[in-house]
Amino acid sequence: MSLTVLQPGMLTTVQDCGRTGFQHLGVPVSGAMDFFSHRIANILAANDTREATLEITLRGPRLRFEKDALIALCGAELSPTLDGIPAPEGKPVRVRAGTVLDFGRALAGCRCYLAVHGGFDVPVVMGSRSTYDTARLGGLDGRALRKADVLPLGAAHGANTYPGLEQQLVDSGHSFSATKWAVNQHIEQLRRAPQIVRILAGRHWDAFPSTAREALTSGEFCVAPDSNRMGCRLESEHLVTGGPGEILSEAVTFGTIQVPPSGKPIVLMADRQTVGGYPKIAEVATVDLHLLAQLRPGDRLRFELTSLAQAQALWLKREREIITIREAVEPRIAQ
Amino acid sequence: MGDQALVVEFGERIDITLSAHIAALAQRLRDSRPIGVLDIVPAYATLALHYDPAAMGSGASPYETLCDIIASWLETQATAIEAAGRTIEIPVCYGNAFGPDLDAVARSVGLSSGEVIAIHSGSTYYVHMLGFVPGFAYLGGLDNRIATPRRDTPRAHVPAGSVAIAGEQTAVYPLDTPGGWQLIGRTPLQLFKPDSSPPSLLNAGDQVRFMQISAVEFEAQSRAAP
Repeated sequence: MSLTVLQPGMLTTVQDCGRTGFQHLGVPVSGAMDFFSHRIANILAANDTREATLEITLRGPRLRFEKDALIALCGAELSPTLDGIPAPEGKPVRVRAGTVLDFGRALAGCRCYLAVHGGFDVPVVMGSRSTYDTARLGGLDGRALRKADVLPLGAAHGANTYPGLEQQLVDSGHSFSATKWAVNQHIEQLRRAPQIVRILAGRHWDAFPSTAREALTSGEFCVAPDSNRMGCRLESEHLVTGGPGEILSEAVTFGTIQVPPSGKPIVLMADRQTVGGYPKIAEVATVDLHLLAQLRPGDRLRFELTSLAQAQALWLKREREIITIREAVEPRIAQ
Repeated sequence: MGDQALVVEFGERIDITLSAHIAALAQRLRDSRPIGVLDIVPAYATLALHYDPAAMGSGASPYETLCDIIASWLETQATAIEAAGRTIEIPVCYGNAFGPDLDAVARSVGLSSGEVIAIHSGSTYYVHMLGFVPGFAYLGGLDNRIATPRRDTPRAHVPAGSVAIAGEQTAVYPLDTPGGWQLIGRTPLQLFKPDSSPPSLLNAGDQVRFMQISAVEFEAQSRAAP
C-alpha cells in the first residue's frame, strides 16, 4: 500500500495532532496547522482523529494511488481532481488503484488535508508522525515530500468501510466514487475578508500602552509573505510599539502574539519554538486558530478581544461539534 | 497564556536557586502525571503548563479547575526542594576548525586562547531551560572575563556539537542550524537523539562541566558515538 509522489507541490508534509510531552526539552509540538480540518478529514476516512494526514499548502502535489484507497479532503479549496475530474471535498471518496490526485488553482484558504484510511505508515518519532523539518523529525525522513517519494500507507483497520462506495466503484467503472452527503466545513468562513480572529489579553498586555493595544484590536493587518508554519507575520499601517522590548525568556504557545521591537506582531503557529523572549501582548483563541492557519500571504485580518471564559466555552462547544460530526458519520461507514 | 496554557510566575530575574527550584518542581509535577496536562515547561523564572480544557472535568471553568489543582499541589511542595539535577561532563576540542572564533574571543577580552579555554572549562554551568531547537540548553554561570557579544553577522550553518558563547551565556548547538554565537569549540557528543529516552542529554536543573580533549580524542570519540 503506497502513494507515489509525481510532483511534491509547494509544501506537502505529514502531520498529526502534534508531538506533545517534550516541550521542556525544546522540542516544538508541530502538527496540523488547521487541526479542525485535519480531524474532520480523518473522521470521514474512518480513521482515529490522531492519525496522520498530508498537509497540502496552496499549490498542491500530484499523487498516484498504487492500491485502491478510501480518502477524504478537507480544508482549503485547492481545486483537487482525480484523473482530471473535480474531486469532492468534505466527503469520503473511494479511489481506484492507479488514479492520480492533482490540484489546480487555490480558490479559498491555504491548507488542505488529505486523509487516507489506515493513515500514513511513517515511523512514530517521540509519540508523533508530524514532520518538523528544522530538526529532521517525523514525517517522511523528517522533511517535506519530494518528487518520486513513495509514501507508505497504513493497513486498513476494522470491518469493511463504506461497502456501498466500494460497490459503486465496481459498478461505475470510474476512477472514484463518493457519497451524496458531505460534512459542512464552513468554507464560507475562509472567504471572509478581513478575517475576524478572536484574541485574549496576553501576559504582557498591561505592559503595552493603550495606543499599542488599540493598534492591535482596531487596526487591520495583512499576512506578510515570509509567514510559515513557525509564525504568521503581520503587517499594518499602525505599529504595536511602546511595549517592554524584551522579557526574560519563557514558554510560548500556539497562537501567542509576540511583539518584537519592530512593532510588527508575529502569531506563533504549529512549528513555533517552545520558549521566546519577546513580550506576549495576546493569544489567539484556540477555536479560531484554524482560520489563521488558512490565511495566505496578502490576506487581511482583524482581531477581536474576548475573555478566557468565553474562549474556553467556545472551544468546548467546538469539541462537542466534532463529536456530533463523528457520531453522524460513524453509522454511515457501515453503509 | 491563552485558553490552553497557564504560566506560574516565581520571580523576575535570572537566578540559579530560583531556576533550580522551578526545574525540580517541573520534574516532580511531570512524574505525578496530572490529568489533562500535556506539557510542563520550566524557564528562568516561570513554569508553564499546556493543557487540554476538555479534560478538566465538567466544572464551570477548565482554567479555574487547573489553577486550583496546581495551587494546592504547590502548597504541598512548599518546603525547600533539593536541586535534583545531575552533573554532566561534556568533552570539548577547543579552537582551530572546531572553534573558529576562539582567537577572536581571546583578543576581544584581552586574554590568550589558552586562558579562555582554562576559564571556560574551569567553571560549572547550570541549565536554566531548554529551547531554540530540540536539546538546546541555556547555560548560566559563564565567567564574565570571557563574556563576548554575538557575532555581527550570524553564520548560516553552525555544525552540530559546536560550543559557543554569547553575552554571559554559553551553549552547545545540538543540531546543524544557523546561529550567531561565537564558536569556541566542538563536542563529539550528540546532545539530541530522537530515538533515545530521554531524547535530550541535558534537562533543566542539570549542571554541566566542559572537559578539554585533543583533536585525536575528538575523532576517536566521534567514531565511537553511535
